Amino acid sequence: MKKLSILLVVFTLIIALVAGCAQAPSKPAETPADGDKVIRIGIFEPVTGENGGGGFQEVLGIRYGHEKFPTIDINGETYTIELVEVDNKSDKTEAVTVAANLVSRQVSVVIGSYGSGVSIAAGPTFEEAQIPAIAPSATNPQVTEGNEFYFRVCFLDPFQGKVMATYAIENGAKKAAVITQLGDDYSSGLGNFFLQAFVDLGGEIVSEQQFQTNQTDFKAILTNIKAEEPDVIFAPSSIATAPLLIKQARELGITAQIMAGDTWENQAIIENAGEDAEGVALSTFFDENDTSTPLAGEFVTGFKEFIKGNSEYLNKNGGEGVAAVSALGYDAYITAYEAIKAAQSVDSVAIRDALKTLEVEGVTGAISFDENGDAKKNMAYIKVIEGGQFKFDKTVITE
Amino acid sequence: MSFVTFVQHCLTGVSLGGAYALIAIGYSMVYGILLLINFAHADIFMMAGYFMIFSISSFPWQISIPIVILGTVLLGVLIEKMAYMPLRSAPRMSIMISAIGVSYLLQNLATYLFSALPQAYPTIPPLKQQIRIGGVSASLVTFLTPVLTVILVFLLIFLLRKTKIGMAMRAVSKDYDTSKLMGIKINNIISLTFVIGSTLAAIGSILYFTDRMSVTPFSGVLPGLKCFVAAVLGGIGSVPGAVIGGFLIGLSETFLVALGYSTYSDAFTFLLLILILLFRPTGLMGENLQDKV
Repeated sequence: MKKLSILLVVFTLIIALVAGCAQAPSKPAETPADGDKVIRIGIFEPVTGENGGGGFQEVLGIRYGHEKFPTIDINGETYTIELVEVDNKSDKTEAVTVAANLVSRQVSVVIGSYGSGVSIAAGPTFEEAQIPAIAPSATNPQVTEGNEFYFRVCFLDPFQGKVMATYAIENGAKKAAVITQLGDDYSSGLGNFFLQAFVDLGGEIVSEQQFQTNQTDFKAILTNIKAEEPDVIFAPSSIATAPLLIKQARELGITAQIMAGDTWENQAIIENAGEDAEGVALSTFFDENDTSTPLAGEFVTGFKEFIKGNSEYLNKNGGEGVAAVSALGYDAYITAYEAIKAAQSVDSVAIRDALKTLEVEGVTGAISFDENGDAKKNMAYIKVIEGGQFKFDKTVITE
Repeated sequence: MSFVTFVQHCLTGVSLGGAYALIAIGYSMVYGILLLINFAHADIFMMAGYFMIFSISSFPWQISIPIVILGTVLLGVLIEKMAYMPLRSAPRMSIMISAIGVSYLLQNLATYLFSALPQAYPTIPPLKQQIRIGGVSASLVTFLTPVLTVILVFLLIFLLRKTKIGMAMRAVSKDYDTSKLMGIKINNIISLTFVIGSTLAAIGSILYFTDRMSVTPFSGVLPGLKCFVAAVLGGIGSVPGAVIGGFLIGLSETFLVALGYSTYSDAFTFLLLILILLFRPTGLMGENLQDKV
């Protein structure tokens, strides 16, 4: 009897295995069951790991774009756009693996990623496969440098560092401390650019501190900073790190203004840091209340409707606010869309060539690319946390 | 480094060390009795963090704290009964591999149930009170951690040395078979060891996470490894040794960061492990067999 039941279990397992395998093979390229032609866009974003929260907001922008423009006409034939989403887990090793996965699934163009480190890591994979990639919000120069296939629709860290340094100096800061994350290209890059710009503008850097990925205790480095009495602390880092850093700084009695880069524009920081987050300043790509272009206003209303229609989206977005990375995700999607249209081809190299000369009107401003594949942008929005919200402070334009 | 800064660093280090010590005791006691390095201990500590997040959403903190301790104890004993007890007569390596398995199971279960995104740890108002003494400023929990650690350790040592149950535990750790012949109920004693270890892990987790404010399924891994090093450093099997090891590692880690060597702070802890194994494998307090539990 016992033997029989074991046999039965084994049998069931084998059936399950066979059934699982039968479903597994991917559909043959470009000919799904309903006869429509398909073009695939790879979404290379982190939805888990330290950048999971921001990455998902970027994915939301892309999904909204896809909902608005689900099909495309190429040479008189209608193609359905299929989003192939992979999760790079905010991890550089994982990034290369899932990038190779996207390549093997024959995507024509890739959008991603949130976080410069993973984009830099996966860059060579896309270049080798000759698939163009469009980064919505990766700001480190190395993402596109020397890579013929990587483009981006946002501004760069040297610019952002300069913007924040200018802002600090304009607000009367003379001494600054910089905190960066070891081994994180975004954080250490931006920290350095701020440092240079701040010194160039006549400020003094009194302390440079570093911490390790996934570190949760910043008291020792903050104590060192406190001893130097800086006017501002510049701490570009991930959303997961930000509230811990802010709270621990205030706990130690540090009153200096804390500033950071674009990543900090996320409701989760205010929720987790509470009152301690008041006064934190950051630079970002987009402001939902800036309706100077009709396109931006249209996007904000449409996007809010879109996330309200799904409780999971609403929950993970942390309310109805429109994050800058969502706007950039949307811009990256329409850039890819326009590039495919201009190329009139599903061939990835043709799309890359089309991107080089493309001019698109995006919600974060006009987008065209320089010889590195970087969007030509020269304006940043500064926001300050006030009364539990991101309040638009001013725009900074530098050359 | 000014005096105030120095005191502030000391406070941070001692507080971190206190939390490490509480977890290290769990490793040490289980090793003392079962000769098992309980790799799942770090993940029990992590789960205690999640228990707090969930219980505080429906209860006030005064009730949540006992719930967290109770839940953690249940989890610890359950793991012992399901993963270690059936392997009592198996070779030591099997039970160790079982411990590693449980550790991965808990991590992945937490990832599956609660997602890998960091969850905010609730604020327990009295623990978060700001205290300022001169230029030194910290929340109450930072001051409380080392004090509470020392009190708990004294209670534990009292339990081990002066009570009958403590005597039984010491007997089991010395000679498993003979104490069985003397009528000691081995399984009860082992369960009790896990109860004590898990209680301390739960208290350690409340203190540790209140100070650090976020929990992920992997937030037990690094502190767990460091506490294991602390237990080895102090002499695995010895309760006072684990405490001294915990404080030493907490302080040295903080001061390395304070002196600007944050790159090497983790590496140093593991270097310490290698050095102690090379030059004094029994640990700092290892030879004092009377303290062995």
